[in-house]
Amino acid sequence: MKENDVLTKKVKKVSYKSLLIENIKYRTKLTKKYQSRKPYEKKDIKKLTAFIPGTIKKIYVKPGKKVKEGDNLLILEAMKMNNELLSPTSGVVKAVLVKKGDLVTKNQLLIEFE
Amino acid sequence: MGLKQKSADLKKRMREAVKGGGTKAIEKQKATGKMTARERIMSILDNKSFHEYDLFVKHAGKDFNMDKKYLPGDGVITGTGTINGHPVCIYAQDFTVAGGSLGWAHAKKITKIMDHAMKLKIPLIGINDSGGARIQEGVNALAGYGEIFYRNTQASGVIPQISVILGPCAGGAVYSPALTDFVFVVDKVSKMFITGPEVIKSVLGEEISMEELGGARVHCETTGNAHFYAESEEESFSQIKKLFSFIPWNNERKAETFPKRGPKTRQYKIENIIPSDPRQPYDVRDVIKAICDDSEFFEIQEMFAANIVIGFARIAGQSVGFVANQPLVLAGVLDVDSSDKAARFIRYCDSFNIPLVTLVDLPGYLPGVDQEHAGVIRHGAKLLYAYSEATVPKITVIMRKAYGGGYIAMCSHHLRADFVCAWPTAEIAVMGPEGAANIIFRNEIKNAENPDEMRKLKVKEYKNKFANPYVAAAYGYIDAVIEPFETRNFLMHALEISESKIEYIPNKKHGIPPF
Repeated sequence: MKENDVLTKKVKKVSYKSLLIENIKYRTKLTKKYQSRKPYEKKDIKKLTAFIPGTIKKIYVKPGKKVKEGDNLLILEAMKMNNELLSPTSGVVKAVLVKKGDLVTKNQLLIEFE
Repeated sequence: MGLKQKSADLKKRMREAVKGGGTKAIEKQKATGKMTARERIMSILDNKSFHEYDLFVKHAGKDFNMDKKYLPGDGVITGTGTINGHPVCIYAQDFTVAGGSLGWAHAKKITKIMDHAMKLKIPLIGINDSGGARIQEGVNALAGYGEIFYRNTQASGVIPQISVILGPCAGGAVYSPALTDFVFVVDKVSKMFITGPEVIKSVLGEEISMEELGGARVHCETTGNAHFYAESEEESFSQIKKLFSFIPWNNERKAETFPKRGPKTRQYKIENIIPSDPRQPYDVRDVIKAICDDSEFFEIQEMFAANIVIGFARIAGQSVGFVANQPLVLAGVLDVDSSDKAARFIRYCDSFNIPLVTLVDLPGYLPGVDQEHAGVIRHGAKLLYAYSEATVPKITVIMRKAYGGGYIAMCSHHLRADFVCAWPTAEIAVMGPEGAANIIFRNEIKNAENPDEMRKLKVKEYKNKFANPYVAAAYGYIDAVIEPFETRNFLMHALEISESKIEYIPNKKHGIPPF
């Protein structure tokens, strides 16, 4: 029994969390990966984001400009390719959050629509 | 010249060649805490067993004044030797010679020893410590990598292939280890990535150190690219030697059998390990240690997807592969990473005639958008595929929970387990009692005067009726209900009578697993 006492003591040091699966709460440890997962966000059609990290080569629109779905908004150079970023929606440009030459990360917000 | 002079000449040539990159380069290598390539080979192999090949090979570079350079052994040492008396082929890249860079002749030496290993049907060990492709040799360097990858693939499942990362291994070079069976890494020494920190910084503006990007810990914890983590090169080498005691030389042999030894039952009492409340955690590795010889469990990928445990142990002297849900971590759920980890291990054991023992205690699959979008369907299917496809003896022990899809996936009879037993604590059901009661008795609960009371009552009712091993036993889906202390005997008997198991699979070129 002594060894088992040692075992329980060791176990007690661990900080357990609870994990809910099919209405049952399990006492368990959580992994780093599980704890750092990002909550799901619905894609916002009023926002244009960078699908790949890269450099802004050209911007064709200014705030207030009316655009149609599929219009070319800017050129994002990534992996030696000039990518044309097309408007996901028809509407008016509310804000351009980058300027020519900017280095942008993946999913960075580039243009907002009204 | 007489023989005497010729012998003296040979000795002189050898002395020159074994110097590698010379005293200065060797000092530099040592200053970074690394052994030299030659020392590494000597430490892994049995004393005096190393026989070197191609010591006098010359590099093939002609452009950029390379033809005037002398590169001893062209930056790689190759040969044969033994580990615990078992023959192996081995190569070690020598960072002191042109940064261990891979040129045409360097690759030729490696592919020659690989071909040798395949012909002799003995394991291959590759020690990686290289700056990458020798740029001066251009497309010939690329050709060299391609020839190595092709051979890695051909040899996969025929001879054991082990990669040891003891320095940088970057760019295309990483794909040879990735194609081999087991990757060993050492803290602060191993570095693996496709694009390094400098490129990432210049292209993306993201700053990260080599260690954070592709160090030993990252590959053991996050990416799952590496299987064994060590604090020092010596520790890594003793891990390699241990691994070799559990695996056969090739796919036509069986692993060596050892004298039978009982588990350390005083330390690991199987009855006391598992809490009866299915919601409470415990370390499933203690169960393995309570079952196997000498309580010695050799775990693989300990830090990656720790919600499933895989590794080798012996039962009555015979090497077996254990796959076990780990309630201690994420309640032991199946998810993208754990399915992937277990599936690959199952295919390894199947390729090399190592019987599989599966210990089951899981609540099901991990819920979440991230899991669904990361492809838990595709990855989860790998586990079903690997178990169904495996023809080695498959033995399953259901210890506690076996709910829903998790019950099927964890080597149930339906996937052709040869023996399935359950402990009296087993709960084999389509889902957990709380979830099931909510669905089956939805109307009763909704229309009750006190829904909460009714729900509790119905959960209890369901628990009593279905949260046990006897419903599945009544259909013959499990072969026996046994007490936990009988588990080792059950496994020993199952293994003993499976000695000549033959299972035929439909004739095909190969299947299409959900890679």
